[in-house]
Amino acid sequence: MPHGIPDYNLATVEREVPATEPPAWEVNDKLKVVGKRIKRTDALAKVTGTAVFTADVQLPGMLYGKMFRAGIPHAKIKSIDVSAAQNYPGVFAVHVLEEMIEGANPKSGEKSSRYPDIKYAGQPIAGLAAVSADVAEEAIRLIKVEYEALDFVVDLDEARKPGAPVVFATDVDQEASDGGEDIEQGLKSSGNVRGPSTRSFYGGPRGDLEKGFAEAELIIERTYRTQVQTHCPLETHGVVVDYNQGDVTVFASTQSTKNTRNDFAKAFGLPKSRVRVISEYTGGGFGAKHALGNFGVMAGHLSKISGRPVKLMLDRKEEHISAGNRPNSVQFMKLGAKKDGMLTALKQLSYGTAGVGLGAGVGRIAQAMYDCPNFKTGQYDVFTNAGPGAAFRAPGNVQGAFALEQLIDELAVELDMDPLALREKIDKSMIRKVERERGARRFGWTHKKAGSDKGPVKKGIGVAQAHWPRIVNLDSTVEVRVMRDGAVEVRSAVQDIGTGTKTVLAQVVAEELGLQTEDVTVLIGDTLFPIGPSSGGSIVTGAITPAARNAAYKMKQKLFELAAEKLETDAGNILLEAGTFALKNDAEKKISFKDLLRRMRVEQLTETASRSDDYGGFMVGTIGHGELGSVQFAEVSVDTETGFVQVERMVAAHSCGRPINIGQIESQINGGIIMGIAYALYEDRVIDKSTGHQLNPNIDQYKMPFSFEVPDIQIELIEDYGGRSSTDASGIGEPANIATAPAVANAIYNAIGVRIYDLPITPAKIIAALNNAKNKNDE
Amino acid sequence: MKKKTPKPLKKGFSRRRFLRGAGLTAAGTVIAGSGMLGLKAQQLPEEKSPGAGVLNLSMHVNGRLRQMSVEARTTLADALRNELQLTGTKVGCNRGACAACTVWIDGIPTLSCMTLAVEVGERKVTTIEGLARHGKLHPVQQAFIDHDATQCGFCTSGMLLTTAHLLAQNSGPSAEEVKAATSGNFCRCGTHPKVITATLDAAAKM
Repeated sequence: MPHGIPDYNLATVEREVPATEPPAWEVNDKLKVVGKRIKRTDALAKVTGTAVFTADVQLPGMLYGKMFRAGIPHAKIKSIDVSAAQNYPGVFAVHVLEEMIEGANPKSGEKSSRYPDIKYAGQPIAGLAAVSADVAEEAIRLIKVEYEALDFVVDLDEARKPGAPVVFATDVDQEASDGGEDIEQGLKSSGNVRGPSTRSFYGGPRGDLEKGFAEAELIIERTYRTQVQTHCPLETHGVVVDYNQGDVTVFASTQSTKNTRNDFAKAFGLPKSRVRVISEYTGGGFGAKHALGNFGVMAGHLSKISGRPVKLMLDRKEEHISAGNRPNSVQFMKLGAKKDGMLTALKQLSYGTAGVGLGAGVGRIAQAMYDCPNFKTGQYDVFTNAGPGAAFRAPGNVQGAFALEQLIDELAVELDMDPLALREKIDKSMIRKVERERGARRFGWTHKKAGSDKGPVKKGIGVAQAHWPRIVNLDSTVEVRVMRDGAVEVRSAVQDIGTGTKTVLAQVVAEELGLQTEDVTVLIGDTLFPIGPSSGGSIVTGAITPAARNAAYKMKQKLFELAAEKLETDAGNILLEAGTFALKNDAEKKISFKDLLRRMRVEQLTETASRSDDYGGFMVGTIGHGELGSVQFAEVSVDTETGFVQVERMVAAHSCGRPINIGQIESQINGGIIMGIAYALYEDRVIDKSTGHQLNPNIDQYKMPFSFEVPDIQIELIEDYGGRSSTDASGIGEPANIATAPAVANAIYNAIGVRIYDLPITPAKIIAALNNAKNKNDE
Repeated sequence: MKKKTPKPLKKGFSRRRFLRGAGLTAAGTVIAGSGMLGLKAQQLPEEKSPGAGVLNLSMHVNGRLRQMSVEARTTLADALRNELQLTGTKVGCNRGACAACTVWIDGIPTLSCMTLAVEVGERKVTTIEGLARHGKLHPVQQAFIDHDATQCGFCTSGMLLTTAHLLAQNSGPSAEEVKAATSGNFCRCGTHPKVITATLDAAAKM
C-alpha cells in the first residue's frame, strides 16, 4: 500500500491485512470520491433551517428545566428551601443535587453534609421543570439557600501560596475525558497544588538534565503565561430527556452519544441498553461536550419526577461559568543549546488551574517535538474556586506550544539564525520538514530582522510548529445496509459536531461500492446504532472511516455473490464499477447496482464492521515523529502608538494522513486558526478576585473573533500515507489550533522587537512592553 | 423600527429586560396568592398585569398570516421557535451579541431575541425557512452549500439572512463589504472565510 508523501518519498509498503478487510486504496489521485471536494451531505438542511439541533427539539408535553446555582464561590450549605418554587403555578418538578459529577472528586468521603460543598460561584445546587422557560426562571428565584461562607481563591498564583484557602481538603482524582489532557492518577496534593506529573505516553524524563546544561553553550530561561479560555460553542450544552419510566430517550448536544448514554445509565442505575441518546446535529463542542454533566443528571431527575419530557439548555452565562474551559498556565522553561543550534537540555516546570477540575498539564509538546537528548518535565494542577476545566481543542498542547515555540524563536534570535533554519536542524519529523518547505514557499518566507520596519505601524512575520499524536479508538463500529428500493445506508452512533463526519462516511462507502456520495444515506448520532468514537482527540475520521469501508467491503462481497447468481458466473469473475456489476471478460453481461438490489430475495441486507488494529502495529511514543504535525506562518501589523495588532495573513501547512474531504479539512483548519488568533490576542475569562464571579460571561465582553479579526488564510494540505488502516485517514481539528498563537506571538516580536510573555497579547500589554523597552534603552 | 447595527448592541438595560422584570413581579404577587397549582402559563388570569397575560396575535411570517398566543414579554425569537415551530431561527446569546437569531422584519435584518413579538405588528417577518422561494434556494443558500460555508450550522441562518440582505442592497459587494455586513455575526467554528467566498460567488451568479 502507498507509504510516504507524494513528490517527496512516496513508496509502497507491504502490510498484513485481516482477511475481512479490503485491499489498500491507491493514492487520492486515483480515487473517484475520496480525497475530493464533496459537498457536505447535511448542508441543505443547515441552509434551509430544517436541521434540528437539541435546542430545537420539542416533544409533546415537554417542560423547561432550569438550574439554581450558587451565588458565592466557596461555602457549606446549611439549608435549602424549595417549597415556594415547588408550589409555584406551572412548576411540575423540583430536584436538589446530592453529588457533582463534573470536576475532580475526593478519594475518601470529604462530604460533611447531605449537599455537596460549594466550590465555585455558579455551581449547580437545585433545579426545576415548568411549563415554560419564563415560568421556570421566575420559580428558580424563589429557591432559598442558606450558606456558611468560606474563604476562597480564584487566582493561580495566590492559590499556590501557603495558607491560601484550600479547595479540596483531601487528595482527588478525575478520569480524563476522551481527547483530554492525560491525567496521572493517584498523585498527592499539598494545599491546592497537585503533582507533579512527570510521565506521558512518550515516556518519562530522558537523559541527564544537569549534564545537558553543562554541555550547553547557551542557556535561555523564560516564563510564559497563558490565560483561561472558554469554549463558547454557539449551541450551549443541553439535553431533552424523556425518562419514560426507565425506557429513556436523551436528545443531547454532545460530542459523545456513547459517553452521554453511559453517564446517564450510571447516574440512574439503568442498563445502558435502556438509554437511547440521539444527537443528529450539535452546534459545536470544541472539547467541552464529552459528558452528560450535572445539568443532564438534573434533567433526568426532573423528567423522572414529572413524568414528562424535560428540556434543559444552559444559557450563555451558565455555559461560560460551568461548562468547561481551557486551564491557564505559567510555564517556567529552561533551554540549553550549542552554538550551532543543537539542543542539549530542556526543562519544563508548569502550574495551571482547571478550577475545581484536573487537566491543566501543558501537553508534553516540549517532550515530543524536538530532538533533545536531555529532558525533564514537572506539571502541577492547582485548584481554585472556579468552574471545572474540560478538554479544549488540543488540550495542553496549545498552552505548551505557546511557550516552546517562542522559546525556540528566542534561541534563533540569540544565535542570529533564521528560526525556520533552526527548526530544520533540530526537528526530526519528515512531515514537518515538507510542511516547512511548502509553507515557506507559499508564504514567501525570508528571514527579517526584528523591529526593522520604519514608522509607527510595523509589520512582522513569525512561524511556529505543532505536534499532535495520531490517536484511534478501536470501539468504532459501522453498519452498512442496502435495501430493495435501492437505498444504501450507513449507520453508527458516532456524532457530527460540525466537522463533517456524515460526509466522510458517505464518501468512503460510496468509493468502496462504486457509487456517488448522493447515493448513500448516513444515519448517525443515535445509540440505537453501533457505537462509535467520541468527537475528541481528532480521533473520529481515523477510527470510524476504516470501519465504514470494512463494512462496505463485506457488503460488496455479498453483492458479488448475488450478482454472480444473476449473471450465472463466479463472484471472482465480476467487476463493480460506476454503479454496475459486469463480467470481467464480457462487459455486455452486466446488472446495475440498483437492479441487483431490486431483485434481492429479502428486503434488506446488512453488514457490520469495526476498526481493527493499525496495520503494521501501533506507532506510539516516538519523539519527533510529528504525525499530525503542522507548520503555520503569520504576518501581522502592529501599531506601536495604539498597540493594535492585526493579523494580516496566515499560511498553514498541514497533514492528516489520507485527506478524505478537502473542503471540510480546509474549513476546520480555518476554524483552528481563527480560534488560535483569538487565543493569542483577545479571549480571556476574567474572574473578580473579590467576589469570585466571572465578569464577562457573555459574547459581547468575552472578546472573540468576528469577521474583521479574520485574516487571509492560505492552506497547504499535504498527503501523508502511512498504510495503517483501510482508509489511512486521520483527523485535523486539533492540529489546526496549536501553532497559531505562537506564530502570531513570534510575528509580533518580529514586528516590534519586544516579546510579550503572557496571553492574550492586548494593546495595553504591547504599549507597556514598548515603554519598558524604551525606558531600559534610555537608562 | 429596529435596525441592525454592524456591531452587537451593548447597552446594559433593554426594554425587553425591563418588561420581563415587570412581568415577574406582577406574576409573583398575583399568582402566589391564588394557589393555583399546576396551571399552565397560558391559563393564567389575563387582566392582572400587562406582563403576565396571554395575548392573541396574528403575524405575517414567511408570506402567511399566523396566529399565536404569547405573553407581552415573549421575544420574537421565542414566538417563532416555540409557537410556530420555526426553529431555524437560533438563539445563541439571548442578548443581541451573536446575531444567530437574525430575521428580516420588512426586509431588514433584525435581532429577534431583542424584539418582542408584540412589537412586530403589521410588519412582515421572514425567517430562514422563508428564504427559499417557490422551492428554489436563494443564491446565497446554494453558494453556502457549494463553498462549504457551514460547519456546525448554528450560525448559518443568521449569516444567510445577513448576506442575502447585503446582496439585495448591493449586487456587487467587495470582500470588505461582506466582512462589514457580517461583522455582527458570531461563528465559533470559523466559517467566515468561506462565508465571504460564498457571498461573492452568489453575487456573481445573481
